[in-house]
Amino acid sequence: MSETFAVIHAGHAAPGSSAPATQRKVAHRGGARNPSAERIAERFAHYFVRAEVIWGDTNVYLKPEGVLEVVRYLHDDAAEQYDYLVDVTAVEYRDLELPVEMVWHLRSIPYRRFVRLKSPLPKGQPLRVPSVWPVYMSADWLERECYDMFGIVFEGHPDLRRILMWEQYKEGYPLRKDFPLRGRFSRAEQLRQALTQNPEAKYSMEELSIADAFEDLPRDMRQRLAGGERTGE
Amino acid sequence: MGLAPRPDATSVSFDPPSQEGWITTRLDMLVNWGRAGSLWPMPFGTACCAIEFMASAASRFDLARFGMERMSFSPRQADVLICAGRVPFKLAPVIRRIYQQMPQPKWVISMGACASSGGMFDNYAVVQGIDTIIPVDVYVPGCPPRPEGLMYGIMMLQEKVKRERMSDTTLRDEMEPDPSSNLYIRPSLIDEISEPFGNSVHQTRSGL
Repeated sequence: MSETFAVIHAGHAAPGSSAPATQRKVAHRGGARNPSAERIAERFAHYFVRAEVIWGDTNVYLKPEGVLEVVRYLHDDAAEQYDYLVDVTAVEYRDLELPVEMVWHLRSIPYRRFVRLKSPLPKGQPLRVPSVWPVYMSADWLERECYDMFGIVFEGHPDLRRILMWEQYKEGYPLRKDFPLRGRFSRAEQLRQALTQNPEAKYSMEELSIADAFEDLPRDMRQRLAGGERTGE
Repeated sequence: MGLAPRPDATSVSFDPPSQEGWITTRLDMLVNWGRAGSLWPMPFGTACCAIEFMASAASRFDLARFGMERMSFSPRQADVLICAGRVPFKLAPVIRRIYQQMPQPKWVISMGACASSGGMFDNYAVVQGIDTIIPVDVYVPGCPPRPEGLMYGIMMLQEKVKRERMSDTTLRDEMEPDPSSNLYIRPSLIDEISEPFGNSVHQTRSGL
């Protein structure tokens, strides 16, 4: 108890420890490359496209079909241990030629490493990419959001449906560059479609917590769900 | 300062030519005094306006002075729906349902620019003013309005309550939405007021 409390300032290692301090003066391009990138290039040469270092972070470009395999390796291998999926998202450039890019952010907490996987999905054909849900179950909602906003289909996702917009949303995928800011329909039509949802029939039998509590639900909700209503929206 | 003087709502004038009797007007005054002094708000806070609303309810600004300290989180025990913040289209049926569940008499305060008009969120996801979904009594401008602004709106609503007359038979009529579109306002009017810059379909700014 007599140990004095040492203040650790942001960007500095704790006094007496060898933990790496936050890097200063990071170059835009170039710098130390994440060693995982080399190992991906060796093991998955047929999926590996290129790797680059931007602002100190390593971007690894992969072919879309190999993403799940690479992610599984990064997660399972004892020398990698990427145990945290930070984000799954996509980027569409304002260009008719450039492909839509899928982006996965992975972090290895034991090794203090960060890697960004990218995968180009060419325009003009269905945007399909394997889901990383079998490896990281936290990808569930991230991929649903990505599907909702960009229309990218994640193969192998257990429950791919809209998450931010309501399920009957018919106007398309809002974050695509060809989507008008105010939506495709007139305001009155948008409002009319939004008001046709039933806010009380929000839950479906597939949601386990509701199935468990089925007997405790109000009678009208029980009747509705027992009648085979799936999502209610 | 700068505001037009309003007629005094606290005094009820006896107008012999009208059909109202002296007793009715006095009873009106008593009932309205009771209602205006104990408005129970149903807070529907979705954004930063809700923070200002909380500040209004807290000790410095103290909504309890208006008899409003009892926040009713059940619409069935509420008098005033205070919509504080932007309402996305996904919440449109929810706020409509909450309004329908409130018993008469009921009033609505639209707090802030987003609830009143969509504010800066002129996009695909946000309702362009909650008056396209439910009837609104008082609009409070501001982004967000300070608690003083909300209180001014509440006092305006109190004056509106005090001016109500039992002889007005249309006062408590529930508006029935148009069955085909489920809207209170006709669709062409909504398009007109919510699209000052033309049809949204032509609003593609990406150049694609």
